[in-house]
Amino acid sequence: MLKIFELIGRYFILMGKVFSRPEKASIYRRRIIYEMESLGLDSIGLTAIISVFIGAVITLQMCINLDSPFIPRSLVGYATRETMILEFSSTVVALILAGKVGSSIASEIGTMRITEQIDALEIMGVNSASYLILPKIVAGVVFFPFLTILSILIGILGGWMIAYLTGIMIPADYVEGLLMDFRPYSITYSLIKTAVFAYIITSISAFYGYYAKGNSLEVGAASTRAVVVSSVVIMIFNLMLTQILLI
Amino acid sequence: MIRAEHIVKSFEGRTVLDDVSVEFETGKTNLIIGRSGSGKTVLLKSLVGLHEVDSGRVMYDDVDFTALGFRERKAIRKDIGMIFQGGALLDSSSVEENVKLPLDLFTSQSEAEKLERVNFCLQRVRLENVNHLYPAELSGGMIKRVAIARAIVLNPKYLFCDEPNSGLDPQTSIVIDNLIHEITREYNITTIINTHDMNSVMEIGEKIVYIHQGRKWWEGTKDEILYADNRELNDFVFASAMAKRAKDAAVSGR
Repeated sequence: MLKIFELIGRYFILMGKVFSRPEKASIYRRRIIYEMESLGLDSIGLTAIISVFIGAVITLQMCINLDSPFIPRSLVGYATRETMILEFSSTVVALILAGKVGSSIASEIGTMRITEQIDALEIMGVNSASYLILPKIVAGVVFFPFLTILSILIGILGGWMIAYLTGIMIPADYVEGLLMDFRPYSITYSLIKTAVFAYIITSISAFYGYYAKGNSLEVGAASTRAVVVSSVVIMIFNLMLTQILLI
Repeated sequence: MIRAEHIVKSFEGRTVLDDVSVEFETGKTNLIIGRSGSGKTVLLKSLVGLHEVDSGRVMYDDVDFTALGFRERKAIRKDIGMIFQGGALLDSSSVEENVKLPLDLFTSQSEAEKLERVNFCLQRVRLENVNHLYPAELSGGMIKRVAIARAIVLNPKYLFCDEPNSGLDPQTSIVIDNLIHEITREYNITTIINTHDMNSVMEIGEKIVYIHQGRKWWEGTKDEILYADNRELNDFVFASAMAKRAKDAAVSGR
């Protein structure tokens, strides 16, 4: 128990260093753009592939399970849209990104730690925590919501495609369901969650990488811990944010 | 001049440096030697503030470095260059970006001025046409040279080198040693090299400090080391049969 408090304490001390005044804004701007490309743009493909399949699967499952003359077919489109917006495109995509982006951040910073690259920055008088971690957090919090929007659109498209290609339902019914009872706040809720999850993924992964020590085995272990802890914290915050924002 | 005064450093109850006091002179190549695990790397890292000492002081000229906070140390850090064992170049940056980084962070020079300085430093370490290569594309010797170029780009007053020859062949080691020695003379830098390479000791060691079991065991010049009457030092320095014969020859010809 004491160890958990110590870990949380160290995390907040590191965040204090991360959010202290940056050395030179222009350097940070360049690094944020680099990180957006590395963490965000490079994740578009994975997000798109998973979203199109999940959208299609949700539509198929709904068609099979809501197969009753008393339930209008358009509900399938409605359910696919709501599932994508409320849970899949924010939470599930965040969990997937925790694996891809989180492990990449932890191993990158961990390797920099054990090869003394972080020490080299410190010797130069650079606040290494801020220089390395802040651009990743900003890039994640700014870019991941775009991935969420993309995921929602592609997931819904995936549902429509499966309806069109298999003929399991009439695509027009699907579209009718998509337009049914739409609340724009759902999108706001989803984007807020994504921004919080982006912060969790980038900051926790960076924390485990920054304090890695030893050899490549330790970096691998730090990377695994980063993914596991980020995923658990995402689930806890998902519950809390749903309670706060929707109920 | 850098002076360590009664430095004590321990890790988890194990004392690694025990009351070490030593002065490193300006314009000279100062060497810290000792067996693996003797505490020489901890001493070097304590001098630059990568390890906080338990007690004692590190003086940079007349400034007590150990009493300064992170932001106050920045002023001194700008005068420090360090070459790490593996080079510690940023993997995601090109050679040019690595050498230019200190200029980007701490100067308001134009891009053209920065590039001119980068190219000058790279030429100084005899590297050309490598600006756009990445560390993964360089040999061990080239990595060390880029690290030296980065270390001198801000005209440092103090240069620290942690085992600059590790992993290099004997010929490249001599090139790197000579480069560091030349730069020390040229810019009147206080250079401190952490090594267990006896070639370096004999080639460029102007002041040598021997660390044994976390204590300063001996200090002197490379000439004095041949005649030193210190068993632990002799066991370390003349560990090989060839070195023993060289010592015997030197002593008998005295």
